[in-house]
Amino acid sequence: MAQELAAAGAYASIPALLARNVKEFGDRPAYREKEFGIWQSWTWAETAEEIQNLALGLLALGINRGDHVAIIGRNRPAHYWAMVAVHKVGAVPVPVYQDSVTEEMEYVLDHCGARFVICGDQEQVDKVIEVQDTIHHIEHVVYFDKRGMRKYDHSHMNWYHDVQEEGRVAHSRLEGEMAAREAELTYDSACVMLYTSGTTGKPKGVVLSNRNIVESAKNSCEFDDLGGGEDVLAYLPMAWVGDFIFSIGQAYWTGFCVNCPESPETMMTDLREIGPTYYFAPPRVFETQLTNVMIRMNDSGDLKYALFHHFMDFAKTAGEKYGMPKRRLAKPDLKRRVKTAWKYAMGIGFAVETIVENAIRLFFSKLRHGKNVREHFKAKDPILLNLYSGSVRDYFKYRMGDVLVFGPLKNTLGFSRVRVGYTAGEAIGPEIFEFYRSLGINLKQLYGQTEATVFITVQPDGEVRNDTVGVPAPGVEIRISDNGEIFYRSPGTFVEYYNNPESTADTKDPEGWVATGDAGFFEEKSGHLRIIDRAKDVGKMADGSLFAPKYVENKLKFYPDILEAVVFGNGRNMCTAFINIDLTAVGNWAERNNIAYASYQELAGHPEVLGTIQEHVETVNKSIAEDSMLSGCQIHRFLILHKELDADDGEMTRTRKVRRKIVAEKFAPLIDALYGGKDEQYIETEVTYEDGRKGSISATLNIRDAAVQDIKQGMAAE
Amino acid sequence: MTNAATDMNAAPSPDSYVTADGRTIGGVVMEMKNITLRFGGVVAIKDISFDIREGEIRAIIGPNGAGKSSMLNVISGFYKPQEGDVLFHGEKRPLMKPYQVAQQGIARTFQNIALFDGMSVLDNIMTGRLNNMNASLISQAVWWGKAQKEEFENREKVEKVIDFLEIQAIRKTPVGRLPYGLKKRVELARALAAEPTLLLLDEPMAGMNVEEKEDMSRFILDVNDEFGTTIALIEHDMGVVMDLSDRVVVMDYGKKIGDGTPDEVRNNQDVIDAYLGVAHD
Repeated sequence: MAQELAAAGAYASIPALLARNVKEFGDRPAYREKEFGIWQSWTWAETAEEIQNLALGLLALGINRGDHVAIIGRNRPAHYWAMVAVHKVGAVPVPVYQDSVTEEMEYVLDHCGARFVICGDQEQVDKVIEVQDTIHHIEHVVYFDKRGMRKYDHSHMNWYHDVQEEGRVAHSRLEGEMAAREAELTYDSACVMLYTSGTTGKPKGVVLSNRNIVESAKNSCEFDDLGGGEDVLAYLPMAWVGDFIFSIGQAYWTGFCVNCPESPETMMTDLREIGPTYYFAPPRVFETQLTNVMIRMNDSGDLKYALFHHFMDFAKTAGEKYGMPKRRLAKPDLKRRVKTAWKYAMGIGFAVETIVENAIRLFFSKLRHGKNVREHFKAKDPILLNLYSGSVRDYFKYRMGDVLVFGPLKNTLGFSRVRVGYTAGEAIGPEIFEFYRSLGINLKQLYGQTEATVFITVQPDGEVRNDTVGVPAPGVEIRISDNGEIFYRSPGTFVEYYNNPESTADTKDPEGWVATGDAGFFEEKSGHLRIIDRAKDVGKMADGSLFAPKYVENKLKFYPDILEAVVFGNGRNMCTAFINIDLTAVGNWAERNNIAYASYQELAGHPEVLGTIQEHVETVNKSIAEDSMLSGCQIHRFLILHKELDADDGEMTRTRKVRRKIVAEKFAPLIDALYGGKDEQYIETEVTYEDGRKGSISATLNIRDAAVQDIKQGMAAE
Repeated sequence: MTNAATDMNAAPSPDSYVTADGRTIGGVVMEMKNITLRFGGVVAIKDISFDIREGEIRAIIGPNGAGKSSMLNVISGFYKPQEGDVLFHGEKRPLMKPYQVAQQGIARTFQNIALFDGMSVLDNIMTGRLNNMNASLISQAVWWGKAQKEEFENREKVEKVIDFLEIQAIRKTPVGRLPYGLKKRVELARALAAEPTLLLLDEPMAGMNVEEKEDMSRFILDVNDEFGTTIALIEHDMGVVMDLSDRVVVMDYGKKIGDGTPDEVRNNQDVIDAYLGVAHD
């Protein structure tokens, strides 16, 4: 209670937290960025100075209270400073997805009415200049990377460092103004405005107050014991609420260090170098990493291959018990170092012992017995610790695995130090989840959205499961309506949708309950929340049975071969599916099996690929048939799309969620063919290349029937 | 330094001028005067004169076997022409060793990539700075004192080049494992690491796809723009040449058949004949 008062009183805004951090741990690193091959770092004191100079510079440029300032760029300390500096002078930062195409950017910049835009580099500046043909309220563009900018018209354009320099010069003149504006910031003033990814319709600007950010950061840090010693890698889009909470909210609340990668391509190397202790990634990142590990293990030598699979199989049962990191400080003290060394020594010791033990057994059995008897004596498990029994053996074996497999693998993946890892955004495949957890990485799920300042439910340590999203986060109340939709109320509940009172009223009722649009239920035994699907996607089939496409799609997507799936069937008599194959996984399989292919399209249309996918679909059908409520969702017919669903074509959101309606419209002939009983269908589609040019691709796609299981009602099976 | 009036063939222009896109082109840096190069009885280059001005992008084009690469080798000082003079900053150049040429501030890339396959990208680019390192063998061996200091200084320069060409992600990858387009970029990086004033590019875009070509063009323009480096390049892709260069020399069978801005060259009848062929009836 006292702490909440403290939070509300003294640290009612991000700049106030910054001031506290400077006072309490001014010489600890606040930001690191790899630049010119070296990790450069800035302490809290240096950060505060950078932010102050920028804030003064923006004042000198004439920024007003309540202005919206768009910030477009990749994760760099300077861009994070810009957000805080903007807030410090009473304006509201609006981070924009840096990979958005011009039209999307135009919508956001127009909607928020930005007078100032802070860009990362020439690429972003070019987009802003293009947008200025139609939008005329942008007065100043500030850019950070000077490269290629020399020839631009600088009458309304400034280099980031020039702005800071100007601020430094104008320090005495504008300091009073800045202090006054900072003092005006309250717990209820807008801290940031974030645009939703727009799964349905146009993106909406979600206004989050200081209360939302600070309270959410405080609650979540306490929930997971996050302290000032954490290291995080900031690599997720800055325009996404999660990144704002992790890299600004929680970082400022606890004072931990935010590390920015050198470039998006070096992310994996940088991850390894930094070794974050607190890590967040959408399921897709984990999936890609797992696919890469599996591909590389398949290419490895026999011994490594055998060791890897032996210990991974073992870890599936023992990892949860022996592998999870204890709650402890991020920075190891001497005691922990000794403990770690001891653990490793044991691992090595028992590996040696096992080999010796098996050798002795073999020797004696050879000495005394015939070949058939010897077979009987041979250890079933090549590295079984036969002398010990039960849990002791498992413990020792897990330590051994740590030395031989898990440790090196975690190191390669950059997860050696991860204490708390989160995944959210979509359901994660059970195999993927199990893989990381059995390695001893405390990967958990959370359920949240921008409107809730991320956290709605989280999984507490020790209660982690694949099919639920955990219990309500601290301070969050949840209620399930009659039709199954989830509502929540929390200190993180957003203020409003900017300039959109109707939508605000639709989503948030006067008592503060917010509709999530997701359908789910609480499991009675554990009290955990389970999500079925988007509430409005859940429908009825023609025969009245429940239709939950996401549920089926997720089951399909858990196969590494399948990247994306879209299931149709609302109001129809059967379910059908579009499937996207994963080029990395299927391509590797093709290489292995001498199947030649020239393009994604060709591989997707290959009969053997179709055959494999058909097997997957049929397995999924079997598992769906077991669930009496959803057994109507079995897939009767499917096809493999000739192109990957892509955000540039509008088929997905920037956060890679499928836009169901647009896909259905765009590929209407294919849906007709699926339901019309045809065996193949010709389709021509427009595609947008990364540079914005358009082209078109066409293909004739094969349609396959999949076997479905009989269900109790006696629906006809094929 | 400048010697503009002596060149009879090139269009006379004032000592320095500003291009349409705002770059300043200075005086003549390198001048070829009546160059003739023979290999035994074969005449590779026949009486060619042209100049390269400070800060410009100068292209040399021509059909296969026209003598372009030989010309570049003459410029780089690798071949000594039998007749004619090469003037660098107004001074006649003696026959020089390659390292002496490099010390003069001239760097080049090769048509067939000439990198060390087994070495990492970083090490390859570091070789571009060898001219700036002169610590003793012993100092290098124990990596102490001067050698260490030098490596720090040079590494910093190299890192700037890596950042400039956006190859951070492959910094530690052995060059042999890289795709062709990236190798070309690494080669450019090595040339840039020497901080040249004159950069010679021998077919920088050969064998690349459209996207790689676009990237490479971007980098060439950026190098010229950011560092003010004078660039002489040989290229086959007409679209690229016409877009990139300020002035173009056209060669055919060892002779110069055109010289001037891309527009002038494009409309030159001799050039059209050489490229499209001409009916002999």
